[in-house]
Amino acid sequence: MESTVIKSRNFNASFGSNHVVKNVNIDIPRNHVIAVMGPSGCGKTTYLRCINRMHELIPGASSSGEMKLNEEDVYQMHPIFVRLKIGMVFQRPNPFPNLSIYDNVIAGYKLNGIKLPKAERDRIVEHSLSRVALWNEVKDSLNKKGSFLSGGQQQRLCIARAVAMEPEVLLFDEPTSALDPISTSTVEELFHELKVNYTLIIVTHNMQQAARVSDKTAFFFMGELVEYDDTKIMFTNPKDNRTQNYITGRFS
Amino acid sequence: MVTRSDLPLRVINSTPEAILKAKKRARRSFRQIRTENVFKRTLSIMGLVIIILVLGIMLTLIVQSLPSIKALGPKYLWSKVWDPVQDIYGAWPFLLGTLLSSFLALIISIPFSIAVAIFLGEYHPKGWLPNFLKNTVELIAAVPSVIYGFWGLAVLVPIVRSFESSIGVEPVGVGIFSSSLILAVMIIPYAASLGRSMINLVPSHLKEAAYGLGATRWEVIRSVVLPYTKSGLFAGILLSLGRALGETMAVTMVIGNTSLIPKSIFAPGNTMASVIANEFTEADKPVYLSALIELGLVLFLVTVVINLIGKKIIDRFTNE
Amino acid sequence: MQASHVKYRLGKSYGFQILTYILAFACVVPLIAILFFIIKAGVTKINWHFLVNIPKPVGETGGGIANALVGSILIIIVASVIAIPIGIMAGVYLSENRKSRLAYWCRLSTDILQGVPSIVIGIVAYFWLVKPLGKFSALSGSAALAMMMLPIVVRSTEETLKLLPDTLKEAALALGMPFHRVIFKVIIPVGISGILSGVMLSIARITGETAPLLFTAFGNPYLSTNLTQPMQSLPLLIFNYATSPYNEWHDLAWGASLILLLWVLFLNIFTKIVTRKWKVQL
Repeated sequence: MESTVIKSRNFNASFGSNHVVKNVNIDIPRNHVIAVMGPSGCGKTTYLRCINRMHELIPGASSSGEMKLNEEDVYQMHPIFVRLKIGMVFQRPNPFPNLSIYDNVIAGYKLNGIKLPKAERDRIVEHSLSRVALWNEVKDSLNKKGSFLSGGQQQRLCIARAVAMEPEVLLFDEPTSALDPISTSTVEELFHELKVNYTLIIVTHNMQQAARVSDKTAFFFMGELVEYDDTKIMFTNPKDNRTQNYITGRFS
Repeated sequence: MVTRSDLPLRVINSTPEAILKAKKRARRSFRQIRTENVFKRTLSIMGLVIIILVLGIMLTLIVQSLPSIKALGPKYLWSKVWDPVQDIYGAWPFLLGTLLSSFLALIISIPFSIAVAIFLGEYHPKGWLPNFLKNTVELIAAVPSVIYGFWGLAVLVPIVRSFESSIGVEPVGVGIFSSSLILAVMIIPYAASLGRSMINLVPSHLKEAAYGLGATRWEVIRSVVLPYTKSGLFAGILLSLGRALGETMAVTMVIGNTSLIPKSIFAPGNTMASVIANEFTEADKPVYLSALIELGLVLFLVTVVINLIGKKIIDRFTNE
Repeated sequence: MQASHVKYRLGKSYGFQILTYILAFACVVPLIAILFFIIKAGVTKINWHFLVNIPKPVGETGGGIANALVGSILIIIVASVIAIPIGIMAGVYLSENRKSRLAYWCRLSTDILQGVPSIVIGIVAYFWLVKPLGKFSALSGSAALAMMMLPIVVRSTEETLKLLPDTLKEAALALGMPFHRVIFKVIIPVGISGILSGVMLSIARITGETAPLLFTAFGNPYLSTNLTQPMQSLPLLIFNYATSPYNEWHDLAWGASLILLLWVLFLNIFTKIVTRKWKVQL
């Protein structure tokens, strides 16, 4: 298997006439954790949502350039196929309120009408919940609806739901910004274990989080990918002035 | 566009069964994509269906009124005699009957509607008693109009009859007055519920400013709440009016079905809706039928315009 | 400011409050009067005999409203089958397409349709379905009633779905779900209580409608289940028999009124209770 899982070349994205992602070129290596950081409005979330083609759901949105998953252009495939291989976790935990915890985890199969034997379903549920360190906490309440879970647990449930589809890449859109500090650290601990099997791309506006969890970091500013390097280098010896200014807090 | 890649889902163990399963899933996904497109198109078609329905209604009314429009011209609307036997058609008795009964009903019902709206919106927004009142008023709108008509005929008309004889008017019982009374009861809920939600929207800081200046409750209502909700209350009244204009059954049963110009509000008469209900199946001449339908067209235009104005006012109010 | 003037203002305020209370609760009186009278006049007429027999010719006592009961149920079922799918799909369309031109005209059309007087709908249904086919029919009555149900179902579906957070749809789409499954398996189930309440309200509304049936279903003195023939319905029976000069028929009308009233009230109250229970906590 190729060691680069996602490749962008001359990638641009706009909302109508508002050009928010400008000429991004980036290679994302497999089984790494990539942090994408930058000030508000720099285009990092838009870029993320272009990877699994959620960007185009907004009326008036458009994009151009190459976005390749394993040497296959994502924009030449139907979005449904893209999203089966690239999962997403959102800023606010959004488990389906009318489904039980069990059904939430296998929602990707059940709601798509994919029928699996019960043993297989049970295996997937246990496997996914264990991967997000939630299994022991909910294994006795799998049939209850998830509304009693804390914010951090709900977010981990959403990660389990995405993981259950066995995607290649997991996208995280500011996954801990709506969580309290303890839940945040439990979710951050997961990233380290998840990267064994998946590639993680995490948009965050929290620099310390980027420094803590990622192998490589990309810095976006005003729509451009300013710098992209190993996290250690980014935070100790950045090459671009703008990166330096951001890290030292000149603007946020 | 879809690529025909062989393994669209990631296969962890490349066993032959796993590859087969992945291929099956790929085929399902292709099917789903086709269904998805059909579904999206069906949704748009349903939206179109409603537009076509309304256009169809308008077209049918216009086309079926044409014989009468051509034969009688615009003076049909203010001609005072309706005598189908002699082929004389004049809509004025019905326009007058409709206007009289509806506006009288409106005037009677407004104080009650506004009282309910102020009670529920201002004095007592929460609690079991206001809930009881709110549900009761909503049930008024739920009672079918035939039942109002039947009750009106059996209970209200005799009362009006004795009232009429006591004030020296010919004691017919049925007439514009009785139908206005019934209509007034029936339209209370419309202005009341809209008024209540408008009054709820008044920002409390405006009221508090007035209280802070030492105003009494009534003064706050009069000088802050009512002016603020003026257009909303007006929209509610328009909606009640629209309802009154189009009401058929209850009116038909208590108005006396006389196609003459009513001499007073106690005289029997007819509204546009009630004459259509009574004479539609008896209309044996094409112009006769077409004249009735022209009434329907007028009724349609007037009620639709009133309702749209009312809704537009509400939209503007709630979007500010 | 003198104390007496303040007292006067307070008195005026208190007086207004009392006036408001009186006028507001006075609204309850007609409803209670009607309920009371109809129960009193109708309850003695209802028995098993009344429910399973059709009306007897004038002059004979006895008879019942079986044809109207069966007719009402059939006409309502057919109207619902027509209006509910179209209404829900149109509501979904409107909530998914806030800004398109087609959606604007559709919304406007729904508002117009809601304001059309019921007698006008009856006229239109007559020209579309009765005249071309040459006879009155239950089907044309159902079509007319379906037209009256549509705006209520469309509006309540649209309003319910608009309230759902976007993240719900996004979560489903991000799992690779095709659009129709997102709607049927996620969006509609979460919004089911609002949609259902709209459906039940629309049914309660048409249950009592007479005018659209006057020249479509027309009425039938015999029990019929043939949708292509004229059919009797409860409100039609009440109208025809109440305005007739025969006392036996008045009796039938009273019994029928009680049943209709109870039926409509029950539907309304049932709707309120059930939709409160079914509301999904977001």
